[in-house]
Amino acid sequence: MSASSNMNWDRRNVLRAAMGLAAAGGLAACGSNTGRGSGGSGDGLVQYFHAYGEAGVEQAVKRYAKAYKGANVTTQWITGNNFEQKLFAALLTKNAPDVFEFHPQIQMVKSGQVADLTDIIEPVKDDFNQADIKSHTVDGKIYGVRMIDDPQFLFYRPSMFEKAKIEVPTTLEELIEAADKLTTSKVKGIFLGNDLTSVDRPLIWSAGADTLTADNKPAFNTDAVAEGLKQLRGLFTSGNLLLDAPADSWDPSAFIQGLTAIQWCGMWAMPAMQKALGDDIGIFPFPKVGSAGKQSVYNGGWSMFVNAKSKNVEAAKEYVKWLWIDQKQYQEDFATSYGFHIPPRTSLAASATKLKSGLPAEGVKLFNEFGHFDNIGWTQAMIASFWDVIANTVRKNGDPKAALDACEKKVDAELKKLFG
Amino acid sequence: MSTTTTRGVAQPAPAKVSKTRPRRGLRANSTFNFWLFTGPFLIGLVIFVFVPIGWSIWLSFFEARFTVTPSEFVGFDNYKQILTDANFRNSLVTFTVFAAFIVPATWALSLGLALLVNRLRFMRAFFRSVFFLPTAVSYVAASLIWKMSIFNGVRFGLANTVLGWFGVENIAWLANPDPPWYWLVIVTVRLWLQSGFFMILFLAALQNIPQELYEAAAIDGAKRGWQTFRHITLPQLRATSTAVILLLLIAAYQAFDEFFNLLAKATWGQPPLVELYKMALGQNQNYGAGSAGAVVLTLLICVVTLFQGKIMGFGRGEESK
Repeated sequence: MSASSNMNWDRRNVLRAAMGLAAAGGLAACGSNTGRGSGGSGDGLVQYFHAYGEAGVEQAVKRYAKAYKGANVTTQWITGNNFEQKLFAALLTKNAPDVFEFHPQIQMVKSGQVADLTDIIEPVKDDFNQADIKSHTVDGKIYGVRMIDDPQFLFYRPSMFEKAKIEVPTTLEELIEAADKLTTSKVKGIFLGNDLTSVDRPLIWSAGADTLTADNKPAFNTDAVAEGLKQLRGLFTSGNLLLDAPADSWDPSAFIQGLTAIQWCGMWAMPAMQKALGDDIGIFPFPKVGSAGKQSVYNGGWSMFVNAKSKNVEAAKEYVKWLWIDQKQYQEDFATSYGFHIPPRTSLAASATKLKSGLPAEGVKLFNEFGHFDNIGWTQAMIASFWDVIANTVRKNGDPKAALDACEKKVDAELKKLFG
Repeated sequence: MSTTTTRGVAQPAPAKVSKTRPRRGLRANSTFNFWLFTGPFLIGLVIFVFVPIGWSIWLSFFEARFTVTPSEFVGFDNYKQILTDANFRNSLVTFTVFAAFIVPATWALSLGLALLVNRLRFMRAFFRSVFFLPTAVSYVAASLIWKMSIFNGVRFGLANTVLGWFGVENIAWLANPDPPWYWLVIVTVRLWLQSGFFMILFLAALQNIPQELYEAAAIDGAKRGWQTFRHITLPQLRATSTAVILLLLIAAYQAFDEFFNLLAKATWGQPPLVELYKMALGQNQNYGAGSAGAVVLTLLICVVTLFQGKIMGFGRGEESK
């Protein structure tokens, strides 16, 4: 009798403890997510940066901020692979950053999230790469200052190509064939990122299509793009594609560790690759898809924006002007001292000696010859719906044409919201 | 024997209540104590739980894109959108599949561990702690370990190395959904993380089963092992099992971290919370539709919990079986 009433008492307690723990766990999860201690309002400015992979970038960004006398600038270094989600969510709250880096996307302009920076850029407008000015302009107003241009292309190991007796591929068929010949028991032929989304736009451009037309209508739903997706599906199932690598394609690790002979990556990774592999590195653009296609390079990059809803818009603009317009030595340091990036200022690009010879110079050449810049009308929601196409047709065996049609419908809906 | 003990359990409860009633002098004091102890928790509950729930219900009737203080009332449009959204409906299927794997698996594994640890004569505290330890690991950290070292797709990943000894080709555990190996990754990481905790619950319950029951069964000729387990241990664990299954189901509904980290940029294996996160906090930032989805999900959880309570008798006295 006494044993059994004890049993009841204990069981309840145990349950209570369980509930308590579960509740406490939930609360702790909420509480630990505040992100930062102080700042945001008052004299301080807060800036958001995504985590650059190269050593020293974080310290450099904080060093520049410290050198600024106009305000106390706090840097939030956002790690993880969902910078845009964290940024978008933060922008709605009182803890929003005053200054942040991102890509030009028109929904932020239309919803009044980014401030007009025309007055600080106008005086030096002619010194910028005009494509970068164009990609940040809506109705004659410029909304962001480009910090760096990041061309992305395919890196390969010439020694492995020689051994397999193959030439640098210029068409997707040749690339897939090369991957097959290069694959051994230890080395996979090619790495396009674990989810293949990093080659989304190159695939569209190389197939002779585009994300949007000049008057903002979907332009990616073509037979050539569908054919390209089908070919990538073949590559995905061939066993010649490196998948589930510990580091994704923006990081040069897979290439450096010899897990793959070809890798999609960006110019930023060149210093790390050269340090590990010396001269055994070559680059080539994303090969052409279908007969009407053309090789392409994605000229990505990052820009500085000012949060239009910040309490310190003027102070924030002052800081952006100081660092990303006036301080040329910091801009050059940022573009060439850690990873390699092309400075969007033509005067700096002309004087950056590290980009003048060898592999970086070849990168600059591909950037100029094959590069496609961001289209401000191609927003995150559209990017994500094209990523779904890649997931459904390349990683899953879905019908490319049907997936592209579904994507076009979503993009159309977005365009209607943005442009009416 | 067993009927007398269970009756005995239920009786003291009403007796206790009647005993406290006459002590009116302490009533004001105990009211004060009640608020003193529950007040801080209630304030937190109101601010962090009830206000957001109310706000979310309010948001669900508005067109709230890129804002949480909307002004355009749209009635049930958001509900219509979310209920006709194929992704949201698929997420409920994903949840069902996930729950069908994880709930019985965790139940069986934690019960098994509890039985093993309970039989130990030496180092029982050590093994209890060892099995409980993973509970302290964060889901994010564990999923990264699973993704980057155990189940990565390259030749030196742990799983692929082991398979390599038997001449099996490298498997892309997460990138390739066909065959759906990602379920193995997702189920094993959660199994590792949560079975220790539920093992402790079972262990406590096991230690409270009166030894006399086993003795009496032995006298009646029951064999040790399966027979006593099936007819004594399992029925005695009924209340704990019910609670564990309920907690497991709720935890499965709340699944987010490992799916979010392991299946990024996939269109499959997206449970409800990930789907709602994408809708509200992702590139769409549609807080109206996201909130409508959250309300639908909450109602669904309530219904399932009540239904499960009805079937398994959670919270009911044991005499009403």
